[in-house]
Amino acid sequence: MISVRVLIRPKEGILDAQGKAVESALPALGFEGIEHVRVGRIVELRADDDQRLDELCEKLLANPLIEDYEIEIL
Amino acid sequence: MIWGVLQFPGSCDERDALHACTVATTGLGAIGRTGDTSSSTTLRSRLVWHEETDLSGFDGIVVPGGFSYGDYLRAGAIARFSPTMTAVAEFAAAGGPVLGICNGFQVLCESGLLPGALLTNESTRFICRPGELIVGESDSPWLSELETGERISIPFKHQSGRYFAPPEMLKEVEANGQVAFRYAEGQNPNGSLNDIAGVTNEAGNVLGLMPHPEHAVDPLAGTTDGLKIFRGPDGVTVG
Repeated sequence: MISVRVLIRPKEGILDAQGKAVESALPALGFEGIEHVRVGRIVELRADDDQRLDELCEKLLANPLIEDYEIEIL
Repeated sequence: MIWGVLQFPGSCDERDALHACTVATTGLGAIGRTGDTSSSTTLRSRLVWHEETDLSGFDGIVVPGGFSYGDYLRAGAIARFSPTMTAVAEFAAAGGPVLGICNGFQVLCESGLLPGALLTNESTRFICRPGELIVGESDSPWLSELETGERISIPFKHQSGRYFAPPEMLKEVEANGQVAFRYAEGQNPNGSLNDIAGVTNEAGNVLGLMPHPEHAVDPLAGTTDGLKIFRGPDGVTVG
């Protein structure tokens, strides 16, 4: 089995409402000078091999219309 | 019309949708109205559990609102793989009328039956309020009771309703006349591109929209404009 980590993020250029909400909360907490916050998600899994990981990402873990993904074999 | 209304774990508007189908088709059940209580279509329209794969006998399918599979991963992403969705794709390919409302719209987009995707509202907030739509130029059977440019009142109720399609796809959707509804001027509640509230597939028999026509079928709710959508495909034959 291999351990896999998939990082999924909103595509560049698409307004990331969550990232914007986090960013706009920062000054109130005293964090200055932080910008371009993007919120994505990480999916960790174990697989027999890496044969169908791209397909898995395209079909389920990410929506290629709105998200980019990176597969990391740990 | 005999309707099938899908039910996923986490659906929550399926009973309103089934009620709307019944009211639209028979008049039965609407407060203050008398319907045809003998109609067999009233009895044969029903909820369809997401594991069912035989949709023969239905004249229309509704994919209702709610939070299928908890909306984990992305809204509609997991429901797309329900056994019944393969049957819905076949039903749609045969020309059957399919209506996706809210979460149902998200499921149909994730399934590839409709173009585009729904993102979290620009405000990140859940919205729930009355609102108005302008009917688009689509010649979908779902719009047969509506005129292009007509203004209808249909409640908004969602958190991930921001319609998005990549530029090329958006251009095609517009050029093909697939925009069924737009939010009325100044009422875009979520940041949807081109104020799009609902789109159809190229053939027009599959419609998805974020606002909730199933909550707009009774005068007590303040608007019955939803009935015009549910009555649209009456007479469309499947297959």
